[in-house]
Amino acid sequence: MRSLTLPVLALAAAAAAAVNAQSASGNSSSAATQGGKVVKLCDNQTTVRVPNGTPKTRAAGEKISAALMAQWEAKHPGNTWVSEELQAHTVVPPDDNLRLVGSGQRSTYGSPSLEEVRLWNNETYKFAVYGSTVFHSGAELGSEIAVSCDMCHPNAANTHPETYPKFQPQLGRVVLLRDMINWCIEHPVRGKVLDPDDPKMRALEAYILAQRKGTALDYGKR
Amino acid sequence: MADERNVPRIPHVRSIETRYLEQRAALFRGLTNLDRRSFLKVATGAVGAAVAAGAEYPFHSFLPVNVAHADEARPRWSFAYISDSHLYVAKTNERFVRQLLRAVDDVNNLDPQPDFVLYGGDLAQLGRKDQLDLGAEILKAVKAPVHMMVGEHDWFYDLGEHWKELFGPEHYSFDHKGVHCVVLMSVNERDFWTERGMTPIERMQTVAGLDDKIQSRFEVGAPQREWLRKDLERIPSSTPLIVFSHSPLYKYYRPWNFWTDDAEEVQAILGRFEHVTVLHGHTHQVLTHRIGNIDFHGMLSTAWPWPYAPEGLPALTVQMSRPNPFDSNDGLGDGTVTVHPDGLVDKLYDLWNRNPMEVKASYLSSGGRQDAPEAPLLASY
Repeated sequence: MRSLTLPVLALAAAAAAAVNAQSASGNSSSAATQGGKVVKLCDNQTTVRVPNGTPKTRAAGEKISAALMAQWEAKHPGNTWVSEELQAHTVVPPDDNLRLVGSGQRSTYGSPSLEEVRLWNNETYKFAVYGSTVFHSGAELGSEIAVSCDMCHPNAANTHPETYPKFQPQLGRVVLLRDMINWCIEHPVRGKVLDPDDPKMRALEAYILAQRKGTALDYGKR
Repeated sequence: MADERNVPRIPHVRSIETRYLEQRAALFRGLTNLDRRSFLKVATGAVGAAVAAGAEYPFHSFLPVNVAHADEARPRWSFAYISDSHLYVAKTNERFVRQLLRAVDDVNNLDPQPDFVLYGGDLAQLGRKDQLDLGAEILKAVKAPVHMMVGEHDWFYDLGEHWKELFGPEHYSFDHKGVHCVVLMSVNERDFWTERGMTPIERMQTVAGLDDKIQSRFEVGAPQREWLRKDLERIPSSTPLIVFSHSPLYKYYRPWNFWTDDAEEVQAILGRFEHVTVLHGHTHQVLTHRIGNIDFHGMLSTAWPWPYAPEGLPALTVQMSRPNPFDSNDGLGDGTVTVHPDGLVDKLYDLWNRNPMEVKASYLSSGGRQDAPEAPLLASY
């Protein structure tokens, strides 16, 4: 799960060749006029021109992929935040849904491809991991007193997301998890409350719920 | 344990029950740290005062006669602790400062005064000079002598340099009223920072995250274990031992460093002593354990409470009820330890804004069969 943000390299091994590391701005027809082939990254934008006669070896192939990735990384600074966050903090991964691949009645909805399932998984997990970065950062939470959620709730312990909604007399109404998150942000953390649809709020909810994966829902419980 | 905080306070009309409870509380308060002669004086005085007040209750029913059997060579005594204040400077976070001040008031108001106050580590949040200086200044207001212990939050910014300048060596021992006391530095970590090219503040922030996986596990380490072995060589096995460590000297929950990696080796060094008590910080919760002849007690924090870990909780632990998130001081506090003549201790958790919890020596030595503290309604789940 470490390379979530890195696009999978859609590179045929047969395209192996020595690498011209200059970014190729043209398309394959212009490459043809200049000689060689253009290899494109799965973002459909980043390309590398490979001269004709490049040996079809593993080493040469790896040079091509490295050149493509170097360009991509230069265009996407900060792309390593997911793997960095996961080195520091455990985030429970979502259901991988792999059981759905290659089975079923071949309806469009009922027969996802491996790529689709991976996309669901990656995007969902990435969202929870983003929640972990907010959860562990007083600065992200806008705390005026350098306090973050993990200082009372390591690994989101003692947050009980499965027990909402419940009546919370201190707040005078039936509250959802997000109401309790906002209460914590406003009081112990001393930050500014988040809009319920704020990406940070949504990600915090995702992270907290992710950590209780497998726990039965038990709304109203104290 | 009688406590005047349990007595309802009504300024004008005091029922006979109220007066009875007040007299009872006064009697018990007077009995702390008492020799036999003054025990009789206090007991007689309390009965006299009660009779004069017109009470009709049989006072002898709550006189604790066991005090009369006390070994007079080794008097009963007490010490207090404050721990885990996690100070930022006041302009960053005045709440943690206020909470440490509250604990200092608590121990200064103890009557009789404790023989000393043990500070349990994590005075600072990020080991910075200004944070440690502020803590040292606040602790100067403690009336009783203070013994300092270091925690990982004090250490990993400059690897203990400023802490040692302020407070001296990170491990040491002393004798008090027939008890040998040892203060350990149990939060050494293997070098995880050099290879990663971390700055001091990055190293400190990594260690400061309880659920941060990059850091190493705590350990006392071989050199200090050797020091401990030598320190204890001259001490007879019958001498009661009280050991202070910041991390629990056993293995509770590894992912949060509620853990000391070489705990078994340290326990083996302590094993020959008849009565050993270990008091530790770091876990910010009521925590009770016994391994062989070693009793373990946690200390409360003045900054924030930690939840109980999802697994590994020692069987003898009676949890403190889940802290109320709407009360910023709930689940926090300080505490006192009463050391009996035989060296066993009663540990009082002086929880703020709720009733105190006491874990008696008899609870531990009976394997949990006697004097169990009341169970919480809101246990962790």
